[in-house]
Amino acid sequence: MGKITNEELLQKLTAQFGDKVANATEPYGLLTVETTREQIIDVLGWLKEDKELQFIYLTDITAIHYPEQQGKEVGVIYHVHSLVNNIRIRVKLFLADGDVNTPSATVLWHGANWMERETYDFFGVNFTGHPDLRRILNVDDMTVYPMRKEYPLEDPNRVDKKDYFFGR
Amino acid sequence: MQDFPAYTDTNLQSELSTLNLGPTHPATHGVFQNVLQLDGERIVSGVSTIGYIHRAFEKIAEHRPFYQITPLTDRLNYCSAPINNMGWHMTVEKLLGIQTPKRVDYLRIIIMELSRIADHIICNGVLGVDTGAFTGFLYMMEHREAIYEIYEEVCGSRLTTNVGRIGGFERNFNDIAFAKTRKFLQDFPKALNEFQNLFNRNRIFVDRTKNVAPVTAETALSYSWSGPILRATGVDYDVRAMNPYCSYEDFDFEVPVGTTGDVYDRFLVRNEEMWQSLRIIEQALAKVEKEDPNIFHADVPEFYLPPKEEVYNNMEALIYHFKIVMGEIETPVGEVYHSVEGTNGELGFYLVNDGGRSPYRLHFRRPSFINYQMYAPMSRGMMLSDAIINMSSLNIIAGELDA
Repeated sequence: MGKITNEELLQKLTAQFGDKVANATEPYGLLTVETTREQIIDVLGWLKEDKELQFIYLTDITAIHYPEQQGKEVGVIYHVHSLVNNIRIRVKLFLADGDVNTPSATVLWHGANWMERETYDFFGVNFTGHPDLRRILNVDDMTVYPMRKEYPLEDPNRVDKKDYFFGR
Repeated sequence: MQDFPAYTDTNLQSELSTLNLGPTHPATHGVFQNVLQLDGERIVSGVSTIGYIHRAFEKIAEHRPFYQITPLTDRLNYCSAPINNMGWHMTVEKLLGIQTPKRVDYLRIIIMELSRIADHIICNGVLGVDTGAFTGFLYMMEHREAIYEIYEEVCGSRLTTNVGRIGGFERNFNDIAFAKTRKFLQDFPKALNEFQNLFNRNRIFVDRTKNVAPVTAETALSYSWSGPILRATGVDYDVRAMNPYCSYEDFDFEVPVGTTGDVYDRFLVRNEEMWQSLRIIEQALAKVEKEDPNIFHADVPEFYLPPKEEVYNNMEALIYHFKIVMGEIETPVGEVYHSVEGTNGELGFYLVNDGGRSPYRLHFRRPSFINYQMYAPMSRGMMLSDAIINMSSLNIIAGELDA
């Protein structure tokens, strides 16, 4: 099967989902699109099931915390790979702090199970419909989500490593 | 799709016993805990508990300049640290847009393929040990030592190598390193042949491994397996061939695949991969000879530390030295995903940079972590002794599992 270009892939995506898939960019050649939690399972499922695209391989799920983005504080990032066409796509969705619920991708891939547990463990993203959403790497009785930016690694009062000492 | 059915026991009289397999059980070769419900010798159900050596590398990486993250990657899959190091350098080079010279790529390939062999030696050797054959393991260990001596010539350390720098290598390969690599290419095929003779048609070994833990391609893909264990199921996904990095496209090698995905197939795939790695190293040595022997890093003064003499005698070098050490270099804002073929699967680096001293977010796609999640469901109904060799053949490395 021939290789699909990012433009063709984006055209197919917008033909299928319209403006529910937005903000398409291509950082370093990897097509990145943004969607919403209402659409995410439809989008991923369509990418997986489409006869031509066949994004059958879930590479990774992770999250990023952007405390400055009002209403879009937590980003959940999916990397999916079509082994047939050898093309990757990155799908993002953003959640607001205090309402970090998004449907689980375990209905599509078994492998999403631990990836989502890890994301929950470090960012507190609540994947609804996940069969076993527990902490995975941290201790069970931990009360915080340590990868969020409000938990600094070092003493926050320490000033010798602040950026303004390094010319920025 | 295999659905790994619950194992049910028809004998009403029997009682289940709970076994804590790990966290420090000698048969698990690392810090893995599985709480198993056993019916006699058969596993009814299991729960994997991981995170015993979690060291929060992703959090630490958010507070380190790029060059200080390399030692963290050493400690992921510590059986093949150079691959992790190179993967990280290539991720940063991709972000910064650095084009490395061909000689650097070839030297990197030599060191990466050597470490792939070192890792497969351990995995297949240990698989032999777990089935009761210690000879192969000890016999092959000698050659892993030879590889570690090459590491020592190249970077000075053996296990956690911290080899290479962003843009190339910290120093050129010396003649001893090349001589030792050539000697290894001469000696190792004989040992690998004998290793295969010991195992491939060994009645005991074949009985213990064949049809143990077979996995279909569909199941393996659904669980996002990668690496030799995925290829043993018949899927020819190898990052080196599919998304060539570091000039792998210049090389002629094959991607071995299995058919049934059982422990025996995984063993055979790893053995064949060692042969292919030898082929690649041989080609790389020949290619390196055609390149300028003095090139061992890209010409990127703003990211590559200048030699010390330069720093003392040249103003520009002093400035760059200071800026690099203090992490003051401007870096582009952006996000990049780069993956390399680690020894047990696709090792990915997802780097989000906001232009600061250190990554805004760095996520490691760790193959051990993702491959391991099928272990508990696939153990249902298995004999305990089969589950042990199944774990050995998955080649799960605790450091990479827990990050």
